[in-house]
Parts: sequence; structure tokens; C-alpha cells
Amino acid sequence: MDLVLQLLFTGIGIGAVYALVALGIVLIFRATNVVNFAQGEFSMVAAYLMVVFAVDLGWPYWLSFLLALGGMALLGVIFNLGVYYPLRHRTFLPVIIATIGASILLANSVLAIYGPQPQVLQGWFETPGIQLGPVYLDSQYLLIIAVTVALVIFNYWFFEKTLLGKKLQATSQDKEMASLLGISVSAMIMITFIYSAVLGGLAGILVAPVLFVSIQMGSTIALKAFAATIIGGFGDVAGAIIGGLSLGIIETFGAAYISVPYKDAFAFLALVLFLMFRPQGIFGERVAEKA
Amino acid sequence: MSSPSENMPIAVSVPRSKPLLVRHLPYFIGAAIAVALAATMQFDGYVHNILMQATTFAIAVFGLSVVLGLCGQINLAQAAFFGFGAYAVGIGTADYQISYWLCLLAGCLVALVAGAVLGMSTLRLGGHYLAMVTISFQQIVTLIMINAIWLTHGPDGVSRIGRPALFQSAQSYLAFCVAVLAIVGYVVWHLPETRLGRAMRAVRDNELAAGVIGVDVFRTKVLAFAVSAVLGGLAGGLFAGGFAYVSPDQFSFAESVVFLTMSLLGGVASPIGSAIGTGLLILIPEWLRFLKSVPGLYLAIYGLAVILIIRYMPDGIWGFVNALTTRWRAQTKAAPATAALKLKPATIGGDIVLEVTGLSKYFGGLKAVDGVDIQVRRGGVHALIGPNGSGKTTTLNVLSGLYKATAGKIVLDGTDITNMPPHQRTANGLGRTFQNIRLFRSMTALENVEIGAERPGNTMIGEGGDAALTERAMEALTFVGLGSRANELISSFSYGHQRLIEIARALAANPTLLLLDEPAAGLNSTEKLELHELLKRIAAQGLTILIIDHDMTLVSEAAQHITVLNFGRRIADGESMAVLRHPDVVSAYLGAE
Repeated sequence: MDLVLQLLFTGIGIGAVYALVALGIVLIFRATNVVNFAQGEFSMVAAYLMVVFAVDLGWPYWLSFLLALGGMALLGVIFNLGVYYPLRHRTFLPVIIATIGASILLANSVLAIYGPQPQVLQGWFETPGIQLGPVYLDSQYLLIIAVTVALVIFNYWFFEKTLLGKKLQATSQDKEMASLLGISVSAMIMITFIYSAVLGGLAGILVAPVLFVSIQMGSTIALKAFAATIIGGFGDVAGAIIGGLSLGIIETFGAAYISVPYKDAFAFLALVLFLMFRPQGIFGERVAEKA
Repeated sequence: MSSPSENMPIAVSVPRSKPLLVRHLPYFIGAAIAVALAATMQFDGYVHNILMQATTFAIAVFGLSVVLGLCGQINLAQAAFFGFGAYAVGIGTADYQISYWLCLLAGCLVALVAGAVLGMSTLRLGGHYLAMVTISFQQIVTLIMINAIWLTHGPDGVSRIGRPALFQSAQSYLAFCVAVLAIVGYVVWHLPETRLGRAMRAVRDNELAAGVIGVDVFRTKVLAFAVSAVLGGLAGGLFAGGFAYVSPDQFSFAESVVFLTMSLLGGVASPIGSAIGTGLLILIPEWLRFLKSVPGLYLAIYGLAVILIIRYMPDGIWGFVNALTTRWRAQTKAAPATAALKLKPATIGGDIVLEVTGLSKYFGGLKAVDGVDIQVRRGGVHALIGPNGSGKTTTLNVLSGLYKATAGKIVLDGTDITNMPPHQRTANGLGRTFQNIRLFRSMTALENVEIGAERPGNTMIGEGGDAALTERAMEALTFVGLGSRANELISSFSYGHQRLIEIARALAANPTLLLLDEPAAGLNSTEKLELHELLKRIAAQGLTILIIDHDMTLVSEAAQHITVLNFGRRIADGESMAVLRHPDVVSAYLGAE
């Protein structure tokens, strides 16, 4: 029982990271109808920015954190202008191929600059964790969970209660109508990319002390986040979060009770099982085109 | 059964007249020369390895040109399928001393099964799912190659891989691979002209329309994906024999991206492009060897290249060259068919061609169509009218199978089609056009209509093959007055003419019932008159038409029978003049007083 509780805690912690990246994917998808295959690389790039600022340059953690997020916002702008925007009138296939190209470009540029050795990033807190009854609560996991909860609340408030959030929603639902109402569609899409890049970056920075900072972390996280979006119901914000958390738990228990080397395979298994038996996911998105 | 126009002159475009084998002779002569060169020229080891790699990679990239270029479905796991073939040959010949041929076959089979299962679980959904699933699949395959050490030797890889007894020397094995490449290249080159190839192109251009004119969309996509996987497996098997050593890093996601880049660079739509792309991307890194000294640099350049190609040269090098040369090539004018189009609608059921009872379609709480009955009599023009939002188009979409009926029954010519997917309804004799035109934009008018003529169960084609198909399509185009422009691309036709091509596409299939969704929308008055004439000529041949339109002049003149819908319910039905004077109809259109 103690082990189960411990695994549950770890699973929720790692699942929260998947949820954040999945949220970024869903937000971009809703705004542009395109899946961003470079979303995982946003996490990887942010983690490396942290390594550069906090480890290599030795700047304070909070400053490095802000700078890294600022860097991600900038990357969101560049990504939108360089990859998505020129192709916005094309069908989805060229656009996703371009985002795949961008993902390869980002991962391998970092590899070329930084080399293949994984880097270590310290956690935010000095204390490694606290013992709460039978469960050991790792401080970094606690931070991840706290930030995710805060972001989910922020996300809800932002999209439901602010005018800007409403405009973003209007844009994602009907671009033509939104532009007729005087909403600048391209500005809304730009904001979405910046927000998603920052979300992805946040996830990468949070998870970096738990994993190693490596070139592969982007594609690993992206794989889990894709699975999370589908498990939750593609295109659904709540689904992405629930999907991410469930996947974290499935994976942690799978690694503990079944196999460690195949830990990453559970996500794929869950993905294929959902596609076969419940393609609309837990929350359900209609997959039909109107004639 | 005899073809309807056996004794009539056949009007087909010129290049088809020579027998297939003669036309393709240069290709086979070229291929034979290439094989002979590979078998006799003395290469040093370095050049030999590059040729070996280029040959096997090109086969895998051909696979991508089928699934991505021809069918428009993405496959980001080609390196995994390549790996299946390579590991089957590697493990089989090195560890278990099984015959090379058996191993190669097994590799192709494993790739086929994996491709089919992956395709079947994903291809009913949108393209994003396929991209995500193939990326995930690729990662998992790499994981297994590294971790299943008992089978794959893990990161060490498999060495001392065997070759077939017949091709033991490196030279003869290369010649064998070149021969395989030539054969695969031939098949892939001509695939677009086959029935399956046309179906794939139709799916790529417009999935909805493809389903409605009789293409089994899901099956076609799964087939394309499976073909691509098999070619990946075959290429991998050849690769393993050529290099005698395989390891997991050769089949990673990065390699899948390399395959994709090769395909995009050369031009995804054609095997020639695939070959160009493969050759370039194998040679360029060799010339720029210094790039390889920095890990990641050349892949970063590949990533950048993908973005730039997609943006500036979406059809690749070959597409670019092709576009340049088409300007210089004279457009081949097609001679209109001399035989008149014959419509022989099947008559299996009784006097009622279409019997719709209690048909309902709800979207959540909205009752878009609510318990509608329609009886369409054989041989007439029946109109379905109603104000905006009355459920007309929803009814049509339920009839053609794009929406599933919530309740009710649809019987077409004696067959219950209520639960059939669109392509089966088409096979049973349903034809339709769309309000917002859905033609296959990358094809010529003739090709569009040919796909229509290919409808399973089209008795006017019989076993006539390609020539009969072309003839039928030409007749249909001539019937709507566009026979002389058959070889032009869809984009060069006006809106009104595109509508006529859509009608020709439906007519070529020789349907039992033709559904026309607002055919007069967007037409000017001359075009409307022409349309009216066309409807008369169609009806004169005994084909039953169910038409939806707002144009009251057209409806009242063309239709003998009218059904009126409002708010998803039938409010009037009967002989056309009587219905149009019906007080409920008048108030529905003009508003109640």
C-alpha cells in the first residue's frame, strides 16, 4: 500500500509535466487546426536555456528561470513567423511536416551546439523532500504539481473570464467570423504560439531536475503528450490534463510492476488501445468532416 | 455482356494507342543497362557502398511516394519498417541460418502486418493521428531493438549477415538490388494509372468525394500504408544483405526523417523525384563530410531543408522541373467521343426507386431531419425543396451515407442501404454531386470522370479495362459538352463547367438514382438554361433524378414531383404545380400572414 501511494505521487508528478505539454499542443491545435510536432522540443530548449543561464553562467535560479521563459516567448514568435504563418493557407499536411522539420532542426541544433552529454540541472529547492507518513514527497514533484494546478486555474480564468481569452476562443472556433468582428486573427495566433511555447518551456524546466537534460527529452515528452491528448479526447483542454495525469500514473505503475526498459512503450500501448476502442478519448471529440 | 459501343470508333488520347510493352521498352532497356553496369563495372569499396545504400534507400523512399505522394497519408516510421526487413534478414541468416529468401519474405510480411495493423487502428481518424501514431511506433521499435537483447543483440547489432547463394559476391548482389529497384520503380511509376492508384489520388485530393463516388476510402488508405511498409521492409532486407551488419541507430526516428526529406526534396508525387531526392541526400553528405564531424549538424540542416522545401518548393525538384516543362509541352487536345453517352439505370425493384421512411437525423438535441418520408418514382425528376435550414442538405448527406441516420429506413431499388458506408451505396447505384464542388483538383477532367466510371457494379464498363473506362469517361464529358477539354486540369475550368464535370463524373458511373445538391447555385442565367437542358437530356434516358435547389424556376419546370421540408419535417408532397400552390408551402417561403 505504501508503495502504491508512493507510485501514485510520482505518477501524478510526472503526469503533470505531460499535461502541461499536452495543453500546449491542444491550445495550438484549437487555434490553428494543426498539431505542433515541435512542442516537445520547446521543453528541451527551455531546459537547455536553464542549464546555460543557471549552471554555465551561474546566474541566480529565479533570474535564469525568467530569462528562459522569455527566451521561450521569443522562440514562440520565431516559430510562428518561420514555420506556421507562411503555410497558414495550406492544408494540414504541409504544416505538420514543417513542424516536424522544425522539431528536427531544434533538437539537432542544440546537439550541434551542446554535444551529446546529458546535463544536470539542480532543483529549485535546497531540501530534497519531506516524509509524509509512508510517502516521501520529493520537493521537485511537489513544485511540478503545484505549478500545474496553478496553471490550470490560470488557464480557466484566462480563457473563460478575460476578454482576450474570449477572443482567442472565438478565433479558434471561427476565424472568418472572428476577423469580421474586428479581432486580429494573426495576433491571436501569435499569442497562442507564445503561450504554448512558454507552457512547454515551463514543463521542460520543471521536469529537468527529475530527468537529465538531454537532446532526447523533447521527443520523449512529446510522445507522452501526444498520447495524453488522444487519451483525454483530442482537442479538449480538460482532456489533455486528465490524459496527461492518467498517462503518468499508468507509466509509473507499469515501470514498477512490469518493466523498466519498456516504460516508454506503455504510452504507445495506451495510445493504440484508445485509438482502437475509444478513439474519441475520455472526453470525446467528434471526428467528422461536414459535407 | 458486351460493351455498348463495340463497333464504334474509340476516341482515346493518343499515347495509349501503342501497346503497353512497346511504350515501356525504353524503361526496361535502361534498367537492363543499369543492372549490367552494376554487375560488370569495377567499383572500389567506397563507391560500391554508396551505390548499395542509394539503391536500397530509394526502394524505401518509393514506399513514401506511394503513401504520402499518391495517397496523402503520412508515414513517419519508414525507418522502423526498413528495420523490420533488415533485422529479419540479419537475425534469420546470422543466428538461425535460415535461407536468405525466406528471411527477406518474412521481413516483408512482418512489415506488412505491422503496417496494416497500424493503418487499420488509425486511418479512420484524421491525419494528425497517423502522424502521432507513426512517430510513437517508430520510437517503440527503436526501444525494442535496443532492449530485446535476446533477439536483436541490443545496441551491438547483428553482424555476419548472409546473402543468397546466387548473389554471394558484393558485385552480383548489387546488380540484384538494382534489378529489384528497377522492378519496384516500374510498379510505383505506373501505379497512378491503375484502378488502385486512381483511388489513392482521389482519396488524397478529396476524401469525401472519393467515398461518394464509390472508392472505399479506408481500404485504400490501409492499402497505401501497407504497400509503403512492405517496400520499407523489402528495402531493409536488401540493405542488411548488402552491408552484412545492422544496428538500432540505423533505424531510428532520425532515419525516418532522412527518408521523408529525400522524398520531399525530390518530389513526393513521383518515383523519379524519389530517386533524385535519395541520390542527392546520399551524395551531398558525402561531399560535405566535414559536417558529419559535428554531431547533429547535418540533421539540423535536414530539418531546415524540410521547412524550406515545404514553403518554397512543395512539389520538390522533380515537380519544379515538371512545371517548367509543361509550359513548353503542347497541351494534348482530346478528340470528343463520337459515341453518345448511354444511361441504362438498373431496374431491380418496383416502380419506386427510392423509398425513404421515417428518416431522422439528430445532432445532439437538434432535430435536423425528423421522421421524413420520401418516395421517388422511377424515371422522373423529383425535387426536394425547403427554406434555408429546413434539413434538405442533411437529408441528402444521410441518403449518400456521409451522416448516419438516427432512425428510419432507406431502400434504393429494392436494396436496404440504410447502414451502408458511402462507397457501398454508390456500388448499389447511387450517384451524387455536391453543392460546394468536390472534384479531384490535381487531376484532369478526364481522370476525374474515369474514377466515377470505375464504380463497382457499373454495367456499362463490364470487363472492358482501361480503354473502356476512358471511352465511357469521354462519352460522359462529351454529353455535358466538355469532351474537347478532357485533358485539362480542373483548375482551368470555370465554376459552371466544374459543376458539369461533377455531373459527368456521376453520369459515367451509370447510376440508378442521381442526387443533385443545388446544381444551379452560383450559375449565371445562361448556365442555368444549359443545366436545364442537360437535366432534360438525362431524364429522357430514363435516369431518375432527385434534385435539391432554391431556384424555383428550375424546380418548377424540371420536376414533376416535389417534396417540401421545413424545420426537418415534410410539410407537403405531390405533383409539382399542386405543391407549389399549397398554402403551407407558400407561407413557409413567404412567411405566414
